[in-house]
Amino acid sequence: MDLIFDGIGGAVKILISGDQDVWEITFRSLAVSGSATALALVIGIAIGATLAFRRFAGRNIFVTLVNTGMGFPPVVVGLIVAILLWRSGPLGQLNLIYTPGAMVIAQTVIAVPLVTGFTIAALGALPPQLRTQLYGLGASRLQMLWLVLQEARLPLFAAIMAGFGAAVSEVGASIMVGGNLSGETRVLTTAIVQEVSRGNYDIALALSFILLVLILLVTAVLTTVQQRERPT
Amino acid sequence: MSAKLSLRGVVVLRGRAEVLRVPHLDVIEGEVLAVLGPNGAGKSTMLQVLGLLERPATGEVLFGGELALGRELELRRRMAAVFQDPLLLDRSVAANVGLGLSLRGMPRRERTERVDRWLARFDIDGLAHRSCRHLSGGEAQRVSLARAFVLEPEILLLDEPFSALDQPTRDSLVGELASVLAETAVTAVFVTHDRDEAARLAHRVAVLAGGDLRQVGPTAEVYSTPADETVARYVGVETVAPARVLTSNDGLVILGVGEAQVEAVANGFPADEALVCLRPEDVVLYPGGVDVPGSARNHLRGVVRRITPSGAEVRVAVDCGFPLIASITRRSLEELGLAVGSAVVASFKATAVHLIARGAEHR
Repeated sequence: MDLIFDGIGGAVKILISGDQDVWEITFRSLAVSGSATALALVIGIAIGATLAFRRFAGRNIFVTLVNTGMGFPPVVVGLIVAILLWRSGPLGQLNLIYTPGAMVIAQTVIAVPLVTGFTIAALGALPPQLRTQLYGLGASRLQMLWLVLQEARLPLFAAIMAGFGAAVSEVGASIMVGGNLSGETRVLTTAIVQEVSRGNYDIALALSFILLVLILLVTAVLTTVQQRERPT
Repeated sequence: MSAKLSLRGVVVLRGRAEVLRVPHLDVIEGEVLAVLGPNGAGKSTMLQVLGLLERPATGEVLFGGELALGRELELRRRMAAVFQDPLLLDRSVAANVGLGLSLRGMPRRERTERVDRWLARFDIDGLAHRSCRHLSGGEAQRVSLARAFVLEPEILLLDEPFSALDQPTRDSLVGELASVLAETAVTAVFVTHDRDEAARLAHRVAVLAGGDLRQVGPTAEVYSTPADETVARYVGVETVAPARVLTSNDGLVILGVGEAQVEAVANGFPADEALVCLRPEDVVLYPGGVDVPGSARNHLRGVVRRITPSGAEVRVAVDCGFPLIASITRRSLEELGLAVGSAVVASFKATAVHLIARGAEHR
Protein backbone atom coordinates (compact mmCIF):
# COMPACT_ATOMS: atom_id res chain seq x y z
CA MET A 1 0.00 0.00 0.00
CA ASP A 2 2.90 2.34 0.76
CA LEU A 3 3.91 2.13 -2.85
CA ILE A 4 0.56 3.50 -4.00
CA PHE A 5 0.49 6.32 -1.48
CA ASP A 6 4.12 7.26 -2.24
CA GLY A 7 3.23 7.16 -5.90
CA ILE A 8 0.18 9.40 -5.48
CA GLY A 9 2.20 11.81 -3.36
CA GLY A 10 4.95 11.92 -5.97
CA ALA A 11 2.41 12.35 -8.73
CA VAL A 12 0.81 15.33 -7.05
CA LYS A 13 4.25 16.89 -6.58
CA ILE A 14 5.14 16.43 -10.25
CA LEU A 15 1.81 17.80 -11.36
CA ILE A 16 2.05 20.85 -9.12
CA SER A 17 5.66 21.62 -10.11
CA GLY A 18 4.55 21.68 -13.78
CA ASP A 19 7.54 19.74 -15.09
CA GLN A 20 8.42 20.91 -18.60
CA ASP A 21 9.02 17.34 -19.86
CA VAL A 22 5.67 16.15 -18.57
CA TRP A 23 3.80 18.91 -20.39
CA GLU A 24 5.76 18.21 -23.55
CA ILE A 25 4.91 14.52 -23.72
CA THR A 26 1.30 15.28 -22.82
CA PHE A 27 0.97 17.67 -25.75
CA ARG A 28 2.75 15.19 -28.00
CA SER A 29 0.29 12.50 -27.00
CA LEU A 30 -2.59 14.81 -27.80
CA ALA A 31 -1.07 15.90 -31.12
CA VAL A 32 -0.12 12.42 -32.33
CA SER A 33 -3.34 10.70 -31.26
CA GLY A 34 -5.52 13.65 -32.33
CA SER A 35 -3.98 13.60 -35.82
CA ALA A 36 -4.36 9.84 -36.02
CA THR A 37 -8.03 10.10 -34.97
CA ALA A 38 -8.70 12.81 -37.56
CA LEU A 39 -7.09 10.73 -40.31
CA ALA A 40 -8.92 7.61 -39.14
CA LEU A 41 -12.22 9.51 -39.27
CA VAL A 42 -11.75 10.55 -42.89
CA ILE A 43 -10.66 7.06 -43.96
CA GLY A 44 -13.05 5.16 -41.68
CA ILE A 45 -16.15 7.16 -42.61
CA ALA A 46 -15.35 6.81 -46.32
CA ILE A 47 -14.92 3.03 -46.05
CA GLY A 48 -17.83 2.70 -43.61
CA ALA A 49 -20.25 4.65 -45.83
CA THR A 50 -19.22 2.58 -48.84
CA LEU A 51 -19.74 -0.68 -46.96
CA ALA A 52 -23.03 0.53 -45.46
CA PHE A 53 -24.58 1.81 -48.69
CA ARG A 54 -23.12 -0.17 -51.56
CA ARG A 55 -24.03 -3.74 -52.33
CA PHE A 56 -21.22 -5.55 -54.13
CA ALA A 57 -19.70 -9.00 -54.29
CA GLY A 58 -17.37 -9.62 -51.37
CA ARG A 59 -18.97 -6.94 -49.21
CA ASN A 60 -19.42 -9.35 -46.33
CA ILE A 61 -15.75 -10.29 -46.46
CA PHE A 62 -14.83 -6.62 -46.06
CA VAL A 63 -17.24 -6.19 -43.16
CA THR A 64 -15.74 -9.26 -41.49
CA LEU A 65 -12.26 -7.82 -42.01
CA VAL A 66 -13.34 -4.55 -40.41
CA ASN A 67 -14.82 -6.36 -37.44
CA THR A 68 -11.65 -8.39 -37.06
CA GLY A 69 -9.64 -5.18 -37.33
CA MET A 70 -11.57 -3.72 -34.39
CA GLY A 71 -9.87 -6.31 -32.21
CA PHE A 72 -6.53 -6.31 -34.00
CA PRO A 73 -3.53 -6.42 -31.59
CA PRO A 74 -1.75 -3.04 -31.69
CA VAL A 75 1.62 -4.77 -31.27
CA VAL A 76 1.10 -6.62 -34.54
CA VAL A 77 0.05 -3.37 -36.25
CA GLY A 78 3.20 -1.75 -34.88
CA LEU A 79 5.39 -4.56 -36.15
CA ILE A 80 3.91 -4.42 -39.66
CA VAL A 81 4.15 -0.61 -39.85
CA ALA A 82 7.71 -0.78 -38.49
CA ILE A 83 8.77 -3.37 -41.09
CA LEU A 84 7.29 -1.18 -43.83
CA LEU A 85 9.01 1.98 -42.54
CA TRP A 86 12.46 0.53 -41.65
CA ARG A 87 15.27 2.16 -43.55
CA SER A 88 15.67 -1.01 -45.57
CA GLY A 89 11.91 -1.53 -45.87
CA PRO A 90 9.67 -0.76 -48.85
CA LEU A 91 8.76 2.69 -47.49
CA GLY A 92 12.18 3.31 -45.92
CA GLN A 93 12.87 6.25 -48.20
CA LEU A 94 10.19 8.26 -46.44
CA ASN A 95 12.52 8.40 -43.41
CA LEU A 96 9.57 8.14 -41.07
CA ILE A 97 10.74 5.41 -38.71
CA TYR A 98 11.25 6.74 -35.15
CA THR A 99 9.34 9.97 -35.88
CA PRO A 100 5.93 11.17 -34.61
CA GLY A 101 4.74 10.67 -38.22
CA ALA A 102 5.32 6.94 -37.94
CA MET A 103 3.33 6.89 -34.71
CA VAL A 104 0.47 8.75 -36.38
CA ILE A 105 0.46 6.12 -39.14
CA ALA A 106 0.44 3.20 -36.69
CA GLN A 107 -2.29 4.72 -34.52
CA THR A 108 -4.35 5.56 -37.60
CA VAL A 109 -4.17 1.92 -38.68
CA ILE A 110 -5.36 0.90 -35.23
CA ALA A 111 -8.24 3.44 -35.14
CA VAL A 112 -9.53 3.01 -38.72
CA PRO A 113 -11.31 -0.33 -38.15
CA LEU A 114 -13.02 1.09 -35.05
CA VAL A 115 -14.27 4.18 -36.86
CA THR A 116 -15.28 2.07 -39.87
CA GLY A 117 -17.18 -0.43 -37.73
CA PHE A 118 -19.02 2.29 -35.82
CA THR A 119 -19.84 4.07 -39.09
CA ILE A 120 -21.31 0.91 -40.66
CA ALA A 121 -23.45 0.33 -37.57
CA ALA A 122 -24.52 4.00 -37.32
CA LEU A 123 -25.51 4.34 -40.98
CA GLY A 124 -27.05 0.87 -41.06
CA ALA A 125 -29.42 1.87 -38.25
CA LEU A 126 -30.95 4.68 -40.35
CA PRO A 127 -34.16 3.89 -42.29
CA PRO A 128 -33.07 2.38 -45.63
CA GLN A 129 -35.39 4.66 -47.61
CA LEU A 130 -33.91 7.83 -46.09
CA ARG A 131 -31.30 8.13 -48.82
CA THR A 132 -33.94 7.79 -51.53
CA GLN A 133 -36.01 10.44 -49.76
CA LEU A 134 -33.06 12.85 -49.63
CA TYR A 135 -32.30 12.29 -53.31
CA GLY A 136 -36.02 12.80 -53.93
CA LEU A 137 -35.76 16.24 -52.32
CA GLY A 138 -32.90 17.18 -54.61
CA ALA A 139 -29.78 16.20 -52.65
CA SER A 140 -26.56 15.57 -54.54
CA ARG A 141 -24.52 12.53 -53.51
CA LEU A 142 -22.30 14.62 -51.21
CA GLN A 143 -25.26 16.47 -49.69
CA MET A 144 -26.95 13.12 -49.05
CA LEU A 145 -23.83 11.80 -47.33
CA TRP A 146 -23.47 14.94 -45.20
CA LEU A 147 -27.12 14.77 -44.13
CA VAL A 148 -27.05 11.08 -43.20
CA LEU A 149 -23.80 11.58 -41.24
CA GLN A 150 -25.49 14.38 -39.31
CA GLU A 151 -28.49 12.15 -38.78
CA ALA A 152 -26.15 9.50 -37.34
CA ARG A 153 -24.15 12.03 -35.31
CA LEU A 154 -24.76 10.41 -31.93
CA PRO A 155 -23.16 7.05 -32.74
CA LEU A 156 -20.54 8.75 -34.93
CA PHE A 157 -19.32 10.80 -31.97
CA ALA A 158 -19.01 7.50 -30.15
CA ALA A 159 -16.79 6.42 -33.05
CA ILE A 160 -14.55 9.47 -32.55
CA MET A 161 -14.27 8.78 -28.84
CA ALA A 162 -13.51 5.11 -29.36
CA GLY A 163 -10.95 5.94 -32.05
CA PHE A 164 -9.18 8.55 -29.93
CA GLY A 165 -9.31 6.30 -26.88
CA ALA A 166 -7.70 3.43 -28.77
CA ALA A 167 -5.01 5.66 -30.30
CA VAL A 168 -3.98 7.50 -27.14
CA SER A 169 -4.00 4.35 -24.96
CA GLU A 170 -1.95 2.30 -27.34
CA VAL A 171 1.69 1.60 -26.36
CA GLY A 172 3.23 -1.38 -28.16
CA ALA A 173 3.06 0.04 -31.67
CA SER A 174 4.19 3.48 -30.51
CA ILE A 175 7.35 2.10 -28.98
CA MET A 176 8.06 -0.06 -32.01
CA VAL A 177 7.70 2.65 -34.67
CA GLY A 178 8.49 5.67 -32.50
CA GLY A 179 11.27 4.30 -30.35
CA ASN A 180 10.33 6.34 -27.25
CA LEU A 181 13.04 8.92 -28.00
CA SER A 182 13.12 11.61 -25.36
CA GLY A 183 12.02 14.98 -26.74
CA GLU A 184 11.05 13.41 -30.06
CA THR A 185 8.71 10.47 -29.87
CA ARG A 186 8.07 9.96 -26.19
CA VAL A 187 4.35 10.08 -25.38
CA LEU A 188 2.42 9.40 -22.18
CA THR A 189 1.99 5.65 -22.65
CA THR A 190 5.57 4.94 -23.70
CA ALA A 191 6.86 7.12 -20.86
CA ILE A 192 4.72 5.21 -18.34
CA VAL A 193 6.16 1.87 -19.50
CA GLN A 194 9.68 3.24 -19.24
CA GLU A 195 9.22 4.76 -15.78
CA VAL A 196 7.73 1.50 -14.47
CA SER A 197 10.68 -0.47 -15.81
CA ARG A 198 12.99 1.93 -13.98
CA GLY A 199 11.01 1.56 -10.75
CA ASN A 200 9.83 5.20 -10.78
CA TYR A 201 6.27 4.38 -9.78
CA ASP A 202 5.49 7.91 -8.64
CA ILE A 203 6.26 9.35 -12.05
CA ALA A 204 4.44 6.49 -13.78
CA LEU A 205 1.37 7.11 -11.64
CA ALA A 206 1.50 10.85 -12.30
CA LEU A 207 1.67 10.23 -16.04
CA SER A 208 -1.18 7.71 -15.82
CA PHE A 209 -3.27 10.27 -14.00
CA ILE A 210 -2.57 12.85 -16.73
CA LEU A 211 -3.47 10.30 -19.42
CA LEU A 212 -6.83 9.61 -17.76
CA VAL A 213 -7.58 13.31 -17.38
CA LEU A 214 -6.65 13.87 -21.03
CA ILE A 215 -9.07 11.14 -22.18
CA LEU A 216 -11.73 12.48 -19.84
CA LEU A 217 -11.36 16.04 -21.16
CA VAL A 218 -11.45 15.02 -24.81
CA THR A 219 -14.47 12.80 -24.19
CA ALA A 220 -16.22 15.58 -22.28
CA VAL A 221 -15.69 18.06 -25.11
CA LEU A 222 -16.95 15.57 -27.70
CA THR A 223 -19.95 14.66 -25.57
CA THR A 224 -20.86 18.33 -25.18
CA VAL A 225 -20.74 18.83 -28.94
CA GLN A 226 -22.67 15.62 -29.50
CA GLN A 227 -25.50 16.59 -27.17
CA ARG A 228 -25.88 20.23 -28.05
CA GLU A 229 -28.38 21.89 -30.39
CA ARG A 230 -30.84 19.06 -30.41
CA PRO A 231 -34.37 20.35 -30.77
CA THR A 232 -36.65 19.33 -27.95
CA MET B 1 -51.39 18.05 -73.91
CA SER B 2 -47.67 17.39 -73.86
CA ALA B 3 -45.91 14.62 -71.99
CA LYS B 4 -44.03 15.98 -69.00
CA LEU B 5 -42.43 12.71 -68.02
CA SER B 6 -42.24 9.52 -70.08
CA LEU B 7 -40.98 5.97 -69.86
CA ARG B 8 -39.90 4.12 -72.99
CA GLY B 9 -39.10 0.42 -72.98
CA VAL B 10 -38.29 0.38 -69.29
CA VAL B 11 -37.32 -2.91 -67.62
CA VAL B 12 -36.16 -3.06 -63.99
CA LEU B 13 -34.36 -6.10 -62.57
CA ARG B 14 -33.96 -7.33 -58.99
CA GLY B 15 -31.20 -9.86 -59.26
CA ARG B 16 -32.23 -11.69 -62.40
CA ALA B 17 -35.97 -11.26 -61.98
CA GLU B 18 -37.80 -8.61 -64.00
CA VAL B 19 -39.89 -6.66 -61.50
CA LEU B 20 -41.16 -3.98 -63.87
CA ARG B 21 -41.86 -3.80 -67.59
CA VAL B 22 -43.25 -0.56 -68.99
CA PRO B 23 -43.05 -0.35 -72.77
CA HIS B 24 -44.61 3.11 -72.88
CA LEU B 25 -45.99 5.59 -70.37
CA ASP B 26 -46.59 9.33 -70.59
CA VAL B 27 -47.37 11.56 -67.64
CA ILE B 28 -49.22 14.51 -69.14
CA GLU B 29 -48.38 18.04 -68.00
CA GLY B 30 -50.76 19.21 -65.27
CA GLU B 31 -52.42 15.86 -64.65
CA VAL B 32 -52.64 13.73 -61.54
CA LEU B 33 -51.85 10.17 -62.58
CA ALA B 34 -52.68 7.48 -60.04
CA VAL B 35 -50.67 4.29 -60.16
CA LEU B 36 -52.92 1.56 -58.86
CA GLY B 37 -52.18 -2.08 -58.13
CA PRO B 38 -51.69 -4.71 -55.45
CA ASN B 39 -48.61 -4.88 -53.21
CA GLY B 40 -45.56 -6.06 -55.08
CA ALA B 41 -46.98 -4.99 -58.45
CA GLY B 42 -44.02 -2.70 -59.14
CA LYS B 43 -45.75 0.60 -58.34
CA SER B 44 -43.05 2.02 -56.10
CA THR B 45 -40.34 0.82 -58.45
CA MET B 46 -42.03 2.64 -61.33
CA LEU B 47 -42.27 5.81 -59.24
CA GLN B 48 -38.57 5.62 -58.40
CA VAL B 49 -37.68 5.23 -62.06
CA LEU B 50 -39.90 8.22 -62.93
CA GLY B 51 -38.23 10.24 -60.16
CA LEU B 52 -34.74 9.35 -61.43
CA LEU B 53 -34.12 7.64 -58.10
CA GLU B 54 -33.47 4.28 -59.69
CA ARG B 55 -31.94 3.59 -63.08
CA PRO B 56 -33.71 0.90 -65.12
CA ALA B 57 -31.75 -2.02 -66.58
CA THR B 58 -32.96 -1.01 -70.03
CA GLY B 59 -35.13 1.77 -71.41
CA GLU B 60 -35.27 5.52 -71.13
CA VAL B 61 -36.80 8.23 -69.00
CA LEU B 62 -37.76 11.39 -70.86
CA PHE B 63 -38.29 14.70 -69.07
CA GLY B 64 -40.23 17.19 -71.17
CA GLY B 65 -39.54 14.98 -74.19
CA GLU B 66 -35.77 14.95 -73.70
CA LEU B 67 -33.56 12.18 -72.41
CA ALA B 68 -32.97 12.46 -68.66
CA LEU B 69 -29.74 10.47 -68.69
CA GLY B 70 -26.73 12.44 -67.50
CA ARG B 71 -28.65 15.33 -65.93
CA GLU B 72 -30.39 13.46 -63.13
CA LEU B 73 -29.45 15.87 -60.33
CA GLU B 74 -30.65 18.94 -62.22
CA LEU B 75 -33.94 17.20 -63.08
CA ARG B 76 -34.43 15.73 -59.61
CA ARG B 77 -34.30 19.31 -58.37
CA ARG B 78 -37.34 20.10 -60.50
CA MET B 79 -39.28 17.29 -58.81
CA ALA B 80 -40.16 16.33 -55.23
CA ALA B 81 -40.99 13.01 -53.62
CA VAL B 82 -43.18 12.02 -50.68
CA PHE B 83 -43.10 8.47 -49.33
CA GLN B 84 -45.31 6.37 -47.07
CA ASP B 85 -42.85 6.84 -44.21
CA PRO B 86 -42.39 10.62 -43.70
CA LEU B 87 -38.61 10.09 -43.15
CA LEU B 88 -38.07 13.38 -41.37
CA LEU B 89 -34.64 14.42 -40.16
CA ASP B 90 -33.92 14.81 -36.45
CA ARG B 91 -34.42 18.57 -36.60
CA SER B 92 -37.21 21.07 -36.13
CA VAL B 93 -40.32 21.02 -38.32
CA ALA B 94 -39.30 24.28 -40.02
CA ALA B 95 -35.79 22.95 -40.73
CA ASN B 96 -37.27 19.83 -42.31
CA VAL B 97 -39.65 21.79 -44.49
CA GLY B 98 -36.80 24.06 -45.58
CA LEU B 99 -34.46 21.16 -46.34
CA GLY B 100 -35.00 20.92 -50.10
CA LEU B 101 -34.68 24.69 -50.48
CA SER B 102 -31.38 24.79 -48.62
CA LEU B 103 -30.12 21.85 -50.75
CA ARG B 104 -30.83 24.10 -53.73
CA GLY B 105 -28.88 26.93 -52.12
CA MET B 106 -31.78 29.29 -51.58
CA PRO B 107 -30.86 32.29 -49.38
CA ARG B 108 -32.20 32.11 -45.84
CA ARG B 109 -34.63 35.04 -46.03
CA GLU B 110 -36.39 33.80 -49.11
CA ARG B 111 -36.39 30.30 -47.66
CA THR B 112 -38.01 31.33 -44.37
CA GLU B 113 -40.72 33.20 -46.23
CA ARG B 114 -41.53 30.18 -48.43
CA VAL B 115 -41.38 27.74 -45.50
CA ASP B 116 -43.75 29.87 -43.41
CA ARG B 117 -46.25 30.04 -46.25
CA TRP B 118 -46.36 26.27 -46.72
CA LEU B 119 -46.37 25.53 -42.99
CA ALA B 120 -49.50 27.65 -42.81
CA ARG B 121 -51.01 26.03 -45.90
CA PHE B 122 -50.77 22.60 -44.25
CA ASP B 123 -51.89 23.98 -40.91
CA ILE B 124 -48.67 23.13 -39.06
CA ASP B 125 -47.33 26.66 -38.49
CA GLY B 126 -47.87 26.09 -34.77
CA LEU B 127 -45.37 23.24 -34.86
CA ALA B 128 -42.60 25.14 -36.70
CA HIS B 129 -40.05 24.95 -33.87
CA ARG B 130 -41.08 21.56 -32.56
CA SER B 131 -38.74 18.59 -32.94
CA CYS B 132 -39.83 16.10 -35.55
CA ARG B 133 -39.33 13.33 -33.02
CA HIS B 134 -42.52 14.17 -31.20
CA LEU B 135 -45.07 14.40 -34.00
CA SER B 136 -48.13 12.25 -34.56
CA GLY B 137 -48.33 10.23 -37.77
CA GLY B 138 -50.70 12.74 -39.35
CA GLU B 139 -48.56 15.74 -38.35
CA ALA B 140 -45.41 14.05 -39.66
CA GLN B 141 -47.05 13.37 -43.02
CA ARG B 142 -48.19 17.01 -43.21
CA VAL B 143 -44.57 18.05 -42.67
CA SER B 144 -43.52 15.64 -45.39
CA LEU B 145 -46.12 17.07 -47.81
CA ALA B 146 -45.15 20.67 -46.95
CA ARG B 147 -41.48 19.76 -47.46
CA ALA B 148 -42.33 18.65 -51.02
CA PHE B 149 -44.79 21.43 -51.95
CA VAL B 150 -42.50 24.18 -50.64
CA LEU B 151 -40.17 23.33 -53.54
CA GLU B 152 -42.97 24.29 -55.94
CA PRO B 153 -41.86 21.37 -58.11
CA GLU B 154 -42.81 20.77 -61.71
CA ILE B 155 -43.54 17.16 -60.84
CA LEU B 156 -44.66 15.72 -57.54
CA LEU B 157 -44.18 12.03 -56.80
CA LEU B 158 -46.26 10.51 -54.00
CA ASP B 159 -45.74 6.92 -52.88
CA GLU B 160 -48.72 5.78 -50.77
CA PRO B 161 -48.37 8.83 -48.53
CA PHE B 162 -51.46 7.99 -46.48
CA SER B 163 -51.44 4.23 -46.16
CA ALA B 164 -49.89 4.22 -42.68
CA LEU B 165 -52.45 6.68 -41.26
CA ASP B 166 -55.70 6.00 -39.42
CA GLN B 167 -58.91 6.50 -41.37
CA PRO B 168 -60.07 9.95 -40.08
CA THR B 169 -56.55 11.45 -40.46
CA ARG B 170 -56.32 9.90 -43.86
CA ASP B 171 -59.66 11.27 -45.02
CA SER B 172 -58.83 14.81 -43.98
CA LEU B 173 -55.35 14.67 -45.53
CA VAL B 174 -56.65 13.26 -48.83
CA GLY B 175 -59.11 16.15 -48.93
CA GLU B 176 -56.38 18.69 -48.28
CA LEU B 177 -54.06 17.12 -50.84
CA ALA B 178 -56.86 17.19 -53.42
CA SER B 179 -57.37 20.91 -52.91
CA VAL B 180 -53.64 21.75 -52.94
CA LEU B 181 -53.16 19.67 -56.09
CA ALA B 182 -56.01 21.53 -57.77
CA GLU B 183 -54.67 24.92 -56.61
CA THR B 184 -51.12 24.38 -57.75
CA ALA B 185 -52.02 22.41 -60.92
CA VAL B 186 -48.77 20.53 -60.41
CA THR B 187 -48.13 17.41 -62.46
CA ALA B 188 -48.35 14.54 -60.00
CA VAL B 189 -47.88 10.79 -59.93
CA PHE B 190 -49.68 9.20 -57.02
CA VAL B 191 -49.04 5.58 -56.06
CA THR B 192 -51.79 3.89 -54.08
CA HIS B 193 -53.46 0.53 -53.60
CA ASP B 194 -56.72 2.26 -52.68
CA ARG B 195 -59.01 2.68 -55.67
CA ASP B 196 -61.25 5.18 -53.88
CA GLU B 197 -58.27 7.41 -53.14
CA ALA B 198 -57.24 7.12 -56.79
CA ALA B 199 -60.77 7.97 -57.96
CA ARG B 200 -60.82 10.99 -55.66
CA LEU B 201 -57.47 12.46 -56.64
CA ALA B 202 -56.56 11.35 -60.13
CA HIS B 203 -57.44 12.43 -63.65
CA ARG B 204 -56.03 9.21 -65.07
CA VAL B 205 -55.00 5.89 -63.62
CA ALA B 206 -52.35 3.39 -64.59
CA VAL B 207 -52.94 -0.14 -63.31
CA LEU B 208 -49.92 -2.33 -62.60
CA ALA B 209 -50.02 -6.03 -61.79
CA GLY B 210 -47.13 -8.44 -61.59
CA GLY B 211 -44.72 -5.82 -62.90
CA ASP B 212 -46.75 -5.18 -66.05
CA LEU B 213 -48.58 -2.01 -66.98
CA ARG B 214 -52.04 -3.46 -67.66
CA GLN B 215 -54.04 -0.36 -68.51
CA VAL B 216 -53.69 3.43 -68.60
CA GLY B 217 -56.58 5.81 -69.15
CA PRO B 218 -58.98 8.35 -67.69
CA THR B 219 -60.11 7.17 -64.26
CA ALA B 220 -63.80 6.71 -65.15
CA GLU B 221 -62.90 4.82 -68.30
CA VAL B 222 -60.56 2.37 -66.58
CA TYR B 223 -63.07 1.82 -63.77
CA SER B 224 -65.95 1.07 -66.14
CA THR B 225 -64.09 -0.70 -68.95
CA PRO B 226 -61.16 -2.60 -67.45
CA ALA B 227 -58.87 -4.28 -69.95
CA ASP B 228 -58.59 -7.63 -68.21
CA GLU B 229 -59.83 -9.59 -65.21
CA THR B 230 -57.05 -8.46 -62.85
CA VAL B 231 -57.71 -4.80 -63.62
CA ALA B 232 -61.45 -5.41 -63.32
CA ARG B 233 -61.11 -6.93 -59.84
CA TYR B 234 -58.73 -4.20 -58.80
CA VAL B 235 -60.89 -1.26 -59.83
CA GLY B 236 -63.91 -2.64 -58.00
CA VAL B 237 -65.75 -4.68 -60.61
CA GLU B 238 -67.04 -7.35 -58.29
CA THR B 239 -68.99 -9.45 -60.75
CA VAL B 240 -66.71 -11.07 -63.29
CA ALA B 241 -68.37 -14.10 -64.90
CA PRO B 242 -67.37 -16.22 -67.89
CA ALA B 243 -69.90 -16.12 -70.73
CA ARG B 244 -70.56 -17.41 -74.28
CA VAL B 245 -71.60 -15.02 -77.01
CA LEU B 246 -74.99 -16.23 -78.35
CA THR B 247 -75.74 -13.48 -80.85
CA SER B 248 -74.11 -10.20 -81.76
CA ASN B 249 -76.14 -7.72 -83.85
CA ASP B 250 -76.03 -3.96 -84.30
CA GLY B 251 -73.94 -3.48 -81.24
CA LEU B 252 -76.20 -5.57 -79.02
CA VAL B 253 -74.57 -8.72 -77.74
CA ILE B 254 -76.58 -11.48 -76.09
CA LEU B 255 -74.60 -13.77 -73.87
CA GLY B 256 -75.22 -16.96 -71.97
CA VAL B 257 -73.88 -16.59 -68.44
CA GLY B 258 -74.29 -19.73 -66.39
CA GLU B 259 -78.00 -20.47 -66.71
CA ALA B 260 -78.96 -16.85 -67.41
CA GLN B 261 -78.93 -14.59 -70.44
CA VAL B 262 -77.42 -11.13 -70.33
CA GLU B 263 -77.63 -8.34 -72.90
CA ALA B 264 -74.69 -6.05 -73.38
CA VAL B 265 -73.86 -3.13 -75.63
CA ALA B 266 -70.60 -3.65 -77.50
CA ASN B 267 -69.76 -2.74 -81.05
CA GLY B 268 -68.11 -5.46 -83.10
CA PHE B 269 -67.23 -7.64 -80.14
CA PRO B 270 -64.50 -9.89 -81.54
CA ALA B 271 -64.67 -13.10 -79.52
CA ASP B 272 -67.04 -16.03 -78.89
CA GLU B 273 -66.04 -16.29 -75.26
CA ALA B 274 -66.17 -13.35 -72.89
CA LEU B 275 -66.00 -12.21 -69.30
CA VAL B 276 -69.07 -10.27 -68.22
CA CYS B 277 -68.08 -7.41 -65.89
CA LEU B 278 -70.53 -5.54 -63.72
CA ARG B 279 -69.90 -2.94 -61.02
CA PRO B 280 -71.99 -3.57 -57.89
CA GLU B 281 -73.36 -0.01 -57.85
CA ASP B 282 -74.83 -0.50 -61.35
CA VAL B 283 -77.14 -3.29 -60.15
CA VAL B 284 -80.58 -2.44 -58.74
CA LEU B 285 -82.47 -5.03 -56.68
CA TYR B 286 -86.28 -5.45 -56.60
CA PRO B 287 -88.33 -7.85 -54.55
CA GLY B 288 -89.06 -11.09 -56.41
CA GLY B 289 -92.50 -11.36 -57.99
CA VAL B 290 -93.06 -7.66 -58.83
CA ASP B 291 -93.01 -6.23 -62.32
CA VAL B 292 -89.73 -4.41 -62.65
CA PRO B 293 -90.08 -0.77 -63.72
CA GLY B 294 -87.54 1.28 -65.66
CA SER B 295 -85.65 0.95 -68.91
CA ALA B 296 -82.96 -1.53 -67.96
CA ARG B 297 -82.66 -4.41 -70.43
CA ASN B 298 -81.55 -7.05 -67.98
CA HIS B 299 -83.88 -8.43 -65.30
CA LEU B 300 -82.54 -11.58 -63.73
CA ARG B 301 -84.49 -13.57 -61.16
CA GLY B 302 -82.41 -14.94 -58.35
CA VAL B 303 -81.99 -15.75 -54.69
CA VAL B 304 -79.99 -13.80 -52.08
CA ARG B 305 -77.06 -15.92 -50.92
CA ARG B 306 -75.13 -13.56 -48.67
CA ILE B 307 -75.43 -10.06 -47.21
CA THR B 308 -72.23 -8.26 -46.15
CA PRO B 309 -72.08 -4.77 -44.67
CA SER B 310 -69.43 -2.57 -46.28
CA GLY B 311 -69.24 0.96 -44.91
CA ALA B 312 -72.48 2.85 -45.54
CA GLU B 313 -73.48 0.26 -48.11
CA VAL B 314 -74.38 -3.38 -48.11
CA ARG B 315 -73.06 -5.97 -50.55
CA VAL B 316 -75.69 -8.47 -51.60
CA ALA B 317 -74.57 -11.65 -53.35
CA VAL B 318 -77.31 -12.97 -55.59
CA ASP B 319 -77.40 -16.31 -57.37
CA CYS B 320 -79.20 -15.62 -60.65
CA GLY B 321 -77.80 -18.45 -62.70
CA PHE B 322 -74.37 -17.06 -62.00
CA PRO B 323 -73.04 -15.27 -58.90
CA LEU B 324 -73.70 -11.53 -59.03
CA ILE B 325 -72.84 -8.80 -56.50
CA ALA B 326 -75.04 -5.77 -55.94
CA SER B 327 -74.35 -2.79 -53.73
CA ILE B 328 -77.36 -1.14 -52.09
CA THR B 329 -77.84 1.24 -49.17
CA ARG B 330 -78.72 -0.06 -45.73
CA ARG B 331 -82.00 1.74 -46.08
CA SER B 332 -82.98 -0.04 -49.28
CA LEU B 333 -82.01 -3.31 -47.64
CA GLU B 334 -84.57 -2.60 -44.92
CA GLU B 335 -87.22 -1.36 -47.32
CA LEU B 336 -86.83 -4.39 -49.53
CA GLY B 337 -86.88 -6.63 -46.46
CA LEU B 338 -84.09 -8.73 -47.89
CA ALA B 339 -82.59 -11.69 -46.06
CA VAL B 340 -80.56 -14.67 -47.10
CA GLY B 341 -82.89 -16.87 -49.19
CA SER B 342 -85.14 -13.97 -50.38
CA ALA B 343 -86.22 -14.03 -54.00
CA VAL B 344 -85.09 -10.89 -55.88
CA VAL B 345 -84.83 -9.45 -59.34
CA ALA B 346 -81.45 -8.00 -60.25
CA SER B 347 -81.77 -5.29 -62.82
CA PHE B 348 -79.03 -3.54 -64.80
CA LYS B 349 -78.64 -1.71 -68.07
CA ALA B 350 -77.07 -3.30 -71.11
CA THR B 351 -74.67 -0.35 -71.20
CA ALA B 352 -73.52 -1.12 -67.66
CA VAL B 353 -72.18 -4.49 -68.79
CA HIS B 354 -68.56 -4.44 -69.85
CA LEU B 355 -67.21 -7.34 -71.90
CA ILE B 356 -63.64 -8.59 -71.91
CA ALA B 357 -62.66 -11.01 -74.67
CA ARG B 358 -61.61 -14.29 -73.00
CA GLY B 359 -57.92 -14.83 -72.97
CA ALA B 360 -57.23 -11.09 -72.87
CA GLU B 361 -55.23 -11.78 -69.72
CA HIS B 362 -52.78 -13.98 -71.58
CA ARG B 363 -52.30 -12.08 -74.81
